[in-house]
This record gives sequence, structure tokens and C-alpha cells, in this order.
Amino acid sequence: MDFGFKLSPSSAVNLDTVDHARYDRLVQLVPDALTCIGCGSCSATCTAAPWSGMSVRKVLLGLQRGRDDEVDSMLSKCMLCGKCTMVCPRGINTRHLILTLCRLSRKGEVVR
Amino acid sequence: MRERFANGFDPFVIPFLIGMAFVLGYCIVAMFRIIIQLPKADRKRFLLTLITPKYIWMNIRDIFLNCLIHVKLWKRNKVLGYMHSSIAFGWFMIILLGHLEVILFLPNRIHLFYYPIFFNYFVAETESTIQGSLLMFLMDFFLLIILSGIVLAIIKRFASRIVGMRRTTRLSLMDQVGLYSLWAIFPLRLLAESFTAHISGGSFLTIPANWVFRQFLGNDLHALPTWWAYSIALCVFMCVLPFTRYMHIPAEMLLIPMRNAGIRIRHPRKGFALLEVYSCPACGVCIDACPMSVRKVNCKDTTVYLNRMLRRGNERRIEEISDKCLLCGKCTAVCQVGVQGPELRIAQRERRAYALSPSYSAINVRPLASAVVHGAGGESGGVLYFAGCMTHLTPSIRRATASLLDKAGVRWQMMDPENGLCCGRPLMMAGRTEQARELIAKNAEIIRASGCDTLLLSCPICYKVFLEEYKLEGVRVVHHSVFFEELIAGGQLQVRRDDGLKLVFHDPCELGRGCGIYEEPRRAVAAAGELVEAGKHHAEAICCGGSLGSLTLSYDQRRPMTRNALENLTVANPDQIVTACPLCLATFVRQADRPVRDIAEVLDAHC
Repeated sequence: MDFGFKLSPSSAVNLDTVDHARYDRLVQLVPDALTCIGCGSCSATCTAAPWSGMSVRKVLLGLQRGRDDEVDSMLSKCMLCGKCTMVCPRGINTRHLILTLCRLSRKGEVVR
Repeated sequence: MRERFANGFDPFVIPFLIGMAFVLGYCIVAMFRIIIQLPKADRKRFLLTLITPKYIWMNIRDIFLNCLIHVKLWKRNKVLGYMHSSIAFGWFMIILLGHLEVILFLPNRIHLFYYPIFFNYFVAETESTIQGSLLMFLMDFFLLIILSGIVLAIIKRFASRIVGMRRTTRLSLMDQVGLYSLWAIFPLRLLAESFTAHISGGSFLTIPANWVFRQFLGNDLHALPTWWAYSIALCVFMCVLPFTRYMHIPAEMLLIPMRNAGIRIRHPRKGFALLEVYSCPACGVCIDACPMSVRKVNCKDTTVYLNRMLRRGNERRIEEISDKCLLCGKCTAVCQVGVQGPELRIAQRERRAYALSPSYSAINVRPLASAVVHGAGGESGGVLYFAGCMTHLTPSIRRATASLLDKAGVRWQMMDPENGLCCGRPLMMAGRTEQARELIAKNAEIIRASGCDTLLLSCPICYKVFLEEYKLEGVRVVHHSVFFEELIAGGQLQVRRDDGLKLVFHDPCELGRGCGIYEEPRRAVAAAGELVEAGKHHAEAICCGGSLGSLTLSYDQRRPMTRNALENLTVANPDQIVTACPLCLATFVRQADRPVRDIAEVLDAHC
């Protein structure tokens, strides 16, 4: 029966069940990740955003909330063009952050 | 000349023979290893050039000019040029003349390997020797030349500023052993030849020295130990040679033919890359040249140390050095041997393992392609302007380019007015070549759909990759600085020249060293104002510090590099700094004390 609306699946995040290993390791390797203020400049300029909704801000947020699939799908469209690095008001080397993140497994280990 | 010893042998030649056998054996094995490690097609091409007369002549000429005379070094620094060519060419001549002497006077001994080297010990002068006095004179002459080079080398080691180098390489222990044994070889040869000069004869150097020594040394007992010392010094030098920077001497003789054959780095550690690492003479010219060296802590991240770490197999440092580099290419521009620092680093980056690899195959570029088809209005030809990521970040360049194209009456359209893809160059710089190929294929699809005949780019980063990696038959790939210069020269753009305006042109790394474009942008800038030059320009221009090449340098670490580049640009006190790269522009604008403009903006303001 069509009510003209539907219920979307719950997007509640249970932080108790989230594995922070990958985020913690990232912070260890790229401490600048902690200085992100979530301003969204990276999202606004991103070349890959129209294709995948890529945004460094969302990646960092997603990592902390255990949205691993979402993070991976965003990362897999990044073209490393460097615009986000240029506009970041905190001077975070976002390309380094993205590349480091790509080297980490979900368990937070650097793949060799 | 007659022989002093019937058997033509003395035990002191044994250390020399050991050293020679070791170094020859090592080099031959290393040479075959490198050739075998080349990919099959490359190997075939290389071996073919070895039997092609044109290449044979080219190889001999290049080896003679570069390895012996050091022509490139002479052009750069006369003192260093003299120092290196005196030792290399002088040594070569001494060996050659030694053989000549044996052939002329004792041809029955030419099969003895050591005879030309220790000739003066084994012979005694006779009446007929007078015919050889020219040879003896030349021997002493070249020995003197070498000794002058050694003196310069010693001065350089302790006060490198005198020969024009601010910094020189910190030598490893093995390098020091090699260096000191090399320094010892020629004074010992002079002493040894002097002690026997009254028997074997000599010339202007050895005979007076012999006379002086004889004034206070009563007998000849010290002659043999000195010949021993000379032989041992040669042995030490040759035995450590493969593990020191002096490996560049034999390596360069293989590098030059390989480069002439057009071989490129295909594997980060094997084949041509290995040969380049061996060929690094660790002279340290790249240390002063590297834009990162502004920060003293980054001196150890220069190409010379990358090569050393590659030889040592220090993976941690290799990764660190490879990722830090700006890939500006200046080390290659100044390198006497032409070691390709950036290419070596990209090859290291390529071998890195990733848990997550990007994939762009799902991106649908059909809407973009149909937009350009629609924009062309059914006509083929015309200009397709690809702004690229960085130009989108600096919209003033895009506006100025559009305005200039309209003023010149060019039929054009934009490839990426709203959304676009990256050109792929940043991925290549990060060592993700496979992924870059996907983007290249997608972009090429759009360009072919448009039916354009010219692809215009305002970003040198894009320009380089479009030029080198895209296979766009029938489409001319052109950078906007070149395109506008042509429009000015062809009279389609009328530029008013402001004589009072002093402009300096900054060579972007990717446009200058990357693509060899230096003069066209300068002519275009000169049409708008008075062109002045920076302190270092053309191939030696200093990177702005914003390069996408570096993966790990942080903003704070880049700032002193940008400041240094700006100081270099403003030595002639220009009114404006002109560049042709949106990334340089964005980097400079933050710290410059005067206006920084893109070449398109400057031209548009004067049209």
C-alpha cells in the first residue's frame, strides 16, 4: 500500500559498537586530522564530489561513526587533485591524509 | 729502454692485480645484471643501438665529453670542471701513455697487465730513450695536472664555498676510504717515480724531485716500499670502489649508451633505476639546488641521499624521502650525470601497497561528452578549453582566458564548465599510474567526442600529462601561454605595452623543466610590459613550494620554500610577478608582497 511516504531504515549510530582502530591509527600517523574543524571547504571544492559525494570532512566524520562502507566508497573516487589541501583553513595536508587512509586496513594496520 | 728485471715481475704488483681483478669482476657482473633486468623490449632496443653506427659514434662522443672532460660541469662551474676533468682526463692519459711506452719500448711485455702502470720501476734508461722524452714529458705533465686537481679536491672538501658550493655531501665511511685512497694514489706515484727517476729517467717533475731527495736520502732503499704503497693505494681504491660513490665512474659508461637508446625507469629498484643509483657521484650539487634545502633539516631528503639509501636498502628512509619530494625536477636539471630524481621517487611510490585502490570506471562521462558535442554545434574543429581542477580554484584565470579567447575571435568552448574530471597527473605523481590511466581514458573520450582540433590548457600540471600520456591523434595540445603568444604574434590579439611596468616571469616546474617551455611565455609577458629576470630562472627556477608532487610536506614546512622562491623572483624589484600555473599563483598570492598574476590576467588587462 502506498502512503506517499515510506520509512527509511534507521541511521542511528551506536558509538559503543564502533571500531575506532582505523581512525586512531590515522590520527597517530597524521596528527593534523585532529585539527579539522569540519568547515566543509574541502567538500565545496572537491572535484570528485559530483561523482561520489566525496568530502574529507565526511570521511573523517564517517570514520569516527563507523560508517566504513561510506568512507571507502568516497575514498575510492578521490582523484588526489589537491584542491582540498589548497583551501583547508587549518592547513591540513589532506592528500597525505587520504593516501595514508588508503594504506590502512579496516583494522587500522598499514598494509605492506 | 731496457728491462731491469729478467722476469719482469715484482711482488708489489700483486695488490694492484687483486684490486683490478676485483673491480673488473664486480663491474662486469653488475653490468650483465642490469642488462638482464631490463624489460625484454628495452633490452633489445639497447643491444641494437650498440651495433648501430650512428649510436656508436654518439656513445663514444658522449662518454668522452661527459666522463673524461666533464663538459657539463665546466659549463656550470669552471673550478669544479677543472678539478674533475683534470683527475679523470689526466688519469686516462697516464694510463694511455703508459701503454704507449710499453708498446714502443718493450712490446714483448704488453701482455702483462700491470706493466704500463708500473713501467718506470721495471725499466732503466738507455741511449735510445731520448726518443721517448716527449712521452716522459707528457707523463709528468699529466701527473702535475692530476695533482693540481687533487689539491683543489682537498680544498673543496674542507672549504666548499671556495669552489662555489654552499653545501656538499656528508660522506659515508666507505666514501671516505675511497676518497683518501684516491687522494693518496697520485702523490705516491709522484714519489715512487721520483725515487727511481735516476734509473728509469723522467722529466721536469720527477728528475728535479729525484735530485732533491738524493740530497738527503743516501740510498735507494725507500724506492721499493713507495712502489708498494702506490700499489696498495690503488688496490684499496679499486676494492672499495663498488661500494662507494666512485662506482659512478664505470656506471656512467653504461648509463650514457642506455640513455642514448632511450631507456627509461620501469622498475623502482632494477635495471635502469639501479644503474642511475650507481651513477650518482654524490657530488651534492642537488643539495644546494633542492628547494626543500631552505630548511636545513630537509637537506637529507635530497636526491643524493635517496640514492645512498637505495644502495643501502633503508626502506624507511626511502619511503620518507620519496614522499617528501616536490618533484620539481631541479636536481635533474643541475645533475651532471642526469640522475632522474623525480622519476626514481615516483617509481618508489608506485610499488607501495594500498588497502584501498580508487576506481573511476563507474563514473559516467556521457553527459559531459554530449555537452561538448552540443556545444560544438555540429561543427568540427575549434578550441576545447580544459580548465582543470586548479584553474577552477582560481577563477580569475578562467575568466581572463575566456575573455582573451573572445577578444581574439577564437571559436571555443569549455570542456569542464561545471563538473569535470581530474587530468590524472596528481595520481601519477602519487605513483598510482593504473588509476590515472582510467581517468585518462575518460577524459580522452570527452575530447574525442567534441571533435575539436586544439585542446587548450591553463594549467601546466594538466598540460604535461595531456602532452605525454594522452593519445589524441589530430588534436593539438597547447598551453595557454603558448597559445596567446601565437595569437599576439599573429596579430589576433592587440596588447598595449606598458613600458613602466616591470614584470618577472616565474617558470612553473611542470611547464619549464617538465615540458621545456621557457621562451613563449616570456615573449608574451614582454608584450605587456618590461620583462625582468629572477635570480634563478629557466631550468634553474625555484619551485613555488605548493607542488602536488610532495605527499607529506605540510603547509608550515612549505612556507619557507615559498618565501625563498619569492625572494628569488623579486631580486630585480618587479612591479608584478607573472606565472603560468594556477597552483603557483595560489601559493604565491598568500605570501607575496606585490601582486601575483597569471599570464592570461596580465594579457587580458592590456588588451
